[in-house]
Amino acid sequence: MRNAFADELTALADRDPRIVLLSGDIGNRLFNDFRDRHPDRFYNVGVAEADMIGIAAGLALGGMRPVAYTIASFAVYRAFEQIRVDLCYLNLPVLIVGVGAGLGYAANGPTHHSCEDLAVLRSLPNMSLLCPADAWELRALLGAALELPGPSYMRIGKKGEPLVHASRPDLSIGQAYSMRTGSEVALLCTGTLLPDALETAKQLDTTGISTAVYSVHTVKPLDEALLTRVFNGSKIVATIEEHSRIGGLGGAVAEWRADHVTTGAKLLRFGTPDKILHHSGEQEHARIACGLYAEQFTKEIQAAWAIL
Amino acid sequence: MTANIDELRSIARRIRGRVLELSFRAGTPHLGSSLSCVDMVVAAYWGELKLDPSSAADPARDRFILSKGHAATTLYAALAMKGYFPDSWLDDYAEPGSALGEHPSPGTPGIEVATGSLGHGLPVGIGLALASRIRGDHNRICVLMSDGECNEGSVWEGALFAPAQRLNRLTVMIDYNKWQATGRSDEVTSLAPLREKWAAFGWRAVEVDGHDIATLAEWIQAEPDPDGRPTVLIAHTVKGKGVSFMEDDNNWHYRIPSAQELAKAFVELQLP
Repeated sequence: MRNAFADELTALADRDPRIVLLSGDIGNRLFNDFRDRHPDRFYNVGVAEADMIGIAAGLALGGMRPVAYTIASFAVYRAFEQIRVDLCYLNLPVLIVGVGAGLGYAANGPTHHSCEDLAVLRSLPNMSLLCPADAWELRALLGAALELPGPSYMRIGKKGEPLVHASRPDLSIGQAYSMRTGSEVALLCTGTLLPDALETAKQLDTTGISTAVYSVHTVKPLDEALLTRVFNGSKIVATIEEHSRIGGLGGAVAEWRADHVTTGAKLLRFGTPDKILHHSGEQEHARIACGLYAEQFTKEIQAAWAIL
Repeated sequence: MTANIDELRSIARRIRGRVLELSFRAGTPHLGSSLSCVDMVVAAYWGELKLDPSSAADPARDRFILSKGHAATTLYAALAMKGYFPDSWLDDYAEPGSALGEHPSPGTPGIEVATGSLGHGLPVGIGLALASRIRGDHNRICVLMSDGECNEGSVWEGALFAPAQRLNRLTVMIDYNKWQATGRSDEVTSLAPLREKWAAFGWRAVEVDGHDIATLAEWIQAEPDPDGRPTVLIAHTVKGKGVSFMEDDNNWHYRIPSAQELAKAFVELQLP
């Protein structure tokens, strides 16, 4: 995904002279092409995330469209107050791109895990939260994010994520994308677990449970029209995300449901547990340890189905 | 400069009077900090920087950022005198619903950046300076910080980065009044020697008298450093400057003056 990000952003910067890329001393050679083509619009600001966000705010005040890129956990937790004050309070058009979000850097240990980023940023006014499922969604959302009037955060994977789409889908920020129709269960997935969501739907279909899948690439603002539809039209709604069960998509949907009268579909939330993941291992291992894979989703949905 | 030095001193005295009045009437603190930086604000707004309401929408305008947002009353008084908003707005300062709160907020005419949390002005100033360079503008960016603010890590992140980018149209003024909220700033952290620290980081670092408006104004508008260094003015100041019984007394970081103290201060400032 990071290669698609660099490639797409370089193409956008060719057309828009306001785009400026800041890197927190990562992306070795990733941005060579961007830098060669726009040497005055690429800055490695060093290992200084708080400064990076403040600089991005200044660039936006000066008429630019800055993109601040670094590892998700550092971009969000290290610079949270700068994001809150400089970007959200001033409502400035700055895009933060957090690479290796969720468990993308699982093997690097808990310092690099980023399973609370949506939770903390979702609480901030003016902030939009984008979680593309694959490189195609990333490309589709990037240009749209740079047209937003205020701040946004895009959490992306690292590299080698499977492609879910065959080509660039037509995405609008705030509107979930229907991957698959179904009448009884609705899977709302955000981010790179989408292949597992689609596999889960297949498995449920074979047992006679008709399952829809939506790529909820925007966690804020929530697609409320979709929620109204699925909570009134299905028996089970399940959220899926590589993020804590606290405060991410599942949290947002649970809050929405508490505030709205629906016919009462059962809500299930799949996400990482409320604990530090000490065990070493790659992303696949960490996902299994957290129960974030298709067979587990299927099993739990079937169990809920059985007692409806 | 557009005004002579006597006029500038008179403006500074009147701003001090306004600052005292606002603190007294609204019961808001940070009087010592606000009085400390009045002369620097006058040097910025009444010197050669292009800071006036007529250029407020010009993207290439000069920018002044009050990073020590707790000195908001000084900035408000200056902005009102410059005509950014009517003087009557000051009468509602800190009242419910007023545009002018205890810290500067965006949307108020003349306020470039929301401040109040320390350590934000320098990075934002660096971003503005980069934007100016990318756009080919030749404006100045001026950031006023406090010495206590130099406790913040983001200040030193910015201090490391700006010289690497040769941002020589960026000027930082540090209101070095030797006090922070609850102690001597050289004792709370090892701040001294402050000029040497900034010089070692690659800045054109100059020690000045922070109450000498003419010298401050000259430095704010000095030719950009030919070696590309940004400029930092280590401005030696007195907290509570202008009112004898407030000077260098850190109780006035939080104290609110009584009616009697206000009257006494006005006599000292030769204000009606």
